[in-house]
Amino acid sequence: MYRESRTGKLLIDILPGKCDFCGCCVGICPEDAIELKEAEISIIDHRCTNCAKCIWSCPVEAIKFNKEGILV
Amino acid sequence: MKDKFDVIVVGAGPAGSMAARFAAEQGVSVLMLEKDRDVGYPVRCGEAISKKGVEEFIQLDEKWIASKISKFSLISPDGTESLIEFGESGYILDRKIFDYELAKSAANCGAQILTRAYVNGLLLEDNVVAGVKYEYQGEQKELKSKIVIGADGVESRIGRWAGLETFTDFRNMECCVQVTASNIKVDSNTLYFYFGKNVAPGGYFWVFPKSGYSANIGLGISGMEGKKRSALYYLNSFMEKNFPDAPILTSVAGGVPSTITLKRISIPGMVLAGDAARQVNPLSGGGISSGMIGGSIAGRIAGESIKMNKPDHILTYEKVS
Repeated sequence: MYRESRTGKLLIDILPGKCDFCGCCVGICPEDAIELKEAEISIIDHRCTNCAKCIWSCPVEAIKFNKEGILV
Repeated sequence: MKDKFDVIVVGAGPAGSMAARFAAEQGVSVLMLEKDRDVGYPVRCGEAISKKGVEEFIQLDEKWIASKISKFSLISPDGTESLIEFGESGYILDRKIFDYELAKSAANCGAQILTRAYVNGLLLEDNVVAGVKYEYQGEQKELKSKIVIGADGVESRIGRWAGLETFTDFRNMECCVQVTASNIKVDSNTLYFYFGKNVAPGGYFWVFPKSGYSANIGLGISGMEGKKRSALYYLNSFMEKNFPDAPILTSVAGGVPSTITLKRISIPGMVLAGDAARQVNPLSGGGISSGMIGGSIAGRIAGESIKMNKPDHILTYEKVS
């Protein structure tokens, strides 16, 4: 079972172990599709369009593109 | 705690604390909410500020000055160094203590502060911002206010919820990583800037000295460059080449919106300040003093607006800031 983005299968994966919770990706996300608390981060699936800008902006390589889709 | 405030400030960085202080100074009730458990931590910043930028807002205090800066060293890709002397013109801060002191100065003027309060929505009344929704100790809560000041940093979402377009184009985001390292033998009064596409493409690399041979070392690259390689990659290669044995005391990532200030930073019931409004020097990426200026104006105007009972007065913020 795959997670669903606004444009089909969700292909963006945030690796919480690598994330520094800095907010770079939240600031550039055009869809307001990332939720960031003190040390918790998650994608709001139904808003994400798989545009990959968060991947490019991540300073610590904590966001990856997974063309297979992200499992629930 | 009261169930209603005149002003709610979201975020307790330099912009938020100044907004809270300048509003509270006018006798209106102010609450500042911070999502992290500590004000001032983690430090996502190079920590450099000009003397002029800091003096306007807080009396100099040795406890948050990590070093005094009188020289800039600019290092070109081939290693050529240009040294510029200014006289004592700036400081490297200990932001952990600095931010704490700023928040205390807001509290001393009467502002309330609540940490670990995560704002996750706005209250709207007839499409006008009328307070915030927030999570605190696992419970979802609401608080009404006449004015919300969004000083929630680079990751600000509060403006969008009110209908402003606030996200930053990824090409204008400087993606940064930094470490505090010890055993760094550099001159303690000099800021070192390294340039070049192999060092920090679309940005610069900094080595900012702190006390006792430690230094704040880091870099920013543009999001465009991040498509190819991450900021972390450039940090690791620089450290290996220049300071291979330096013990790392802290290691933090961060984003700097290197862009012009947003076109609209006020809307009925809400204003934005600091990184949230993109009040940043886009050349240096410095945002502490500009954030404090923005925050102070936002706080003052919010206080005035409430005292005069003129909600539209906050819309003048864009003109003066």
